[in-house]
Amino acid sequence: MPFGLLKYGFSKTYPARRILPPQQSLKPRYDVVIIGAGGHGLAAAYYLATRHGIADVAVLDKGYLGGGNTARNTAIIRANYLTPEGVAFYKESMELWRGLPDDFDLNILYSTRGHFTLAHTDAALRTARWRAEVNKHLGVESELVYPDEIARLCPQLDLSRDVRYPILGALHHPPGATARHDAVAWGYAEGAARRGVDIHQHTEVTGIHTENGRAIGVETTRGRIHCGKILQAVAGASSLVGRMAGLKLPVRTVPLQACVSTPLKPFLDPIIVSGCLHVYIWQTARGELVMGGAADPYPLYSTRSTLDFKEGLMAHILDLFPFLSEVRVNRQWAGMADMTPDFSPVMGLTPLRNYYIDSGWGAWGFKATPVCGLRMAECVATDRQPDLLTPFRLDRFDSFSQVGEKGAASVGH
Amino acid sequence: MKILHCPLNGPRNIQEFAYGGEVAPLPAADASDGVWAGYVFLDENAAGVVREWWLHVASGYWFIAERDTTTDTVLRTYPPSGLSDADKRRDPR
Repeated sequence: MPFGLLKYGFSKTYPARRILPPQQSLKPRYDVVIIGAGGHGLAAAYYLATRHGIADVAVLDKGYLGGGNTARNTAIIRANYLTPEGVAFYKESMELWRGLPDDFDLNILYSTRGHFTLAHTDAALRTARWRAEVNKHLGVESELVYPDEIARLCPQLDLSRDVRYPILGALHHPPGATARHDAVAWGYAEGAARRGVDIHQHTEVTGIHTENGRAIGVETTRGRIHCGKILQAVAGASSLVGRMAGLKLPVRTVPLQACVSTPLKPFLDPIIVSGCLHVYIWQTARGELVMGGAADPYPLYSTRSTLDFKEGLMAHILDLFPFLSEVRVNRQWAGMADMTPDFSPVMGLTPLRNYYIDSGWGAWGFKATPVCGLRMAECVATDRQPDLLTPFRLDRFDSFSQVGEKGAASVGH
Repeated sequence: MKILHCPLNGPRNIQEFAYGGEVAPLPAADASDGVWAGYVFLDENAAGVVREWWLHVASGYWFIAERDTTTDTVLRTYPPSGLSDADKRRDPR
């Protein structure tokens, strides 16, 4: 058998599928330069090429494709937010998600599982009811359920009253889903590259050139590029790249840690979140439990892991699933999240003409990949703030019109 | 367990402390809304050595820490009286 596999691997009859063409040399000029080859940047490039006929686009990344927070998130997709602005935005994203397997020639393992946000206090129950009503009003499937219903839908949870934080109810969001995060970046990259977009990995932007209040080009480690427009989509590095363009942002870079267990037999279909206990957990198709918690308590440009995080996380997971006490952690990691004061993203125009920003994604960026790419492509192509993104504009903070989404952040931060 | 040196209480577990934001000069009371919004919401968010406010929660004591945000190390802590007059009074308008 091993020889058969080796023969298959080297056989010319089954050539390895190449997702990206070999790296091109850097052209001196592009219509649009996108800084950051993560899911968001690649999605914007894909929709610029497919929806707006703009394919003279370069996507630059100082590392490799999809190697930042696209590879480090916990792959949960949902639209059960609290504010009408947030719900409308993430609802459009879920509609796009469901079409992606057809758009790409690639399986992104989109899996609808249902999503429970557990409430252990009266206050959390009130927020859950509020979210359910806002969701239903805007056409997003969400319902407040009580322990009898939870016992039917997710009997694995410890629903006894004799625990420190008994489960009083939950916000049930049946369309809640997961997807293979790397495949999303690859799918967008392949689709964009096939239409003429250049993806330059290991090409770090070191400066932004401006002239009379307009962005006119970028300086990179591989030379200078003149361009018509620039989109920044760099997550944890938002403030550093923004500063090159003269922008001070409402962003703090904070590590968000996560881990997976060793593989177990499938026992958990839905995604379980508890804001009170600061945990979320779901089981992958490989059987690993993906587990995450609150963001770190202070800003840091580092992806180190801490024992504090794991102690707190495991204690609370055992509150929900006591039978997991013998299970071991297999891998752990962290991503550098760009947190905003109102727990909502920052997207659209900036005070610098021809410079557009996609930032402030904190712990909620993965699920927005398709809609953010689509609407940022529209914003770049038309030089206008799309209606759907208006609540999330950068200058909302100047007028104290934040979009307070903390109540729907998956866990307390 | 990570240890933070409180100028008042000595070395304590970092879980006893709360991060309080960057040291930034307070705008004048009659500064414009835009200046105040910048003070409240915008951050330098620098990668490197920064000066920050920290609170020892148990004793309610605020102090200043100099911390390297790329290595997660605290270089120095001192009472707010150690801030220069320029830090306290500079008007960003």
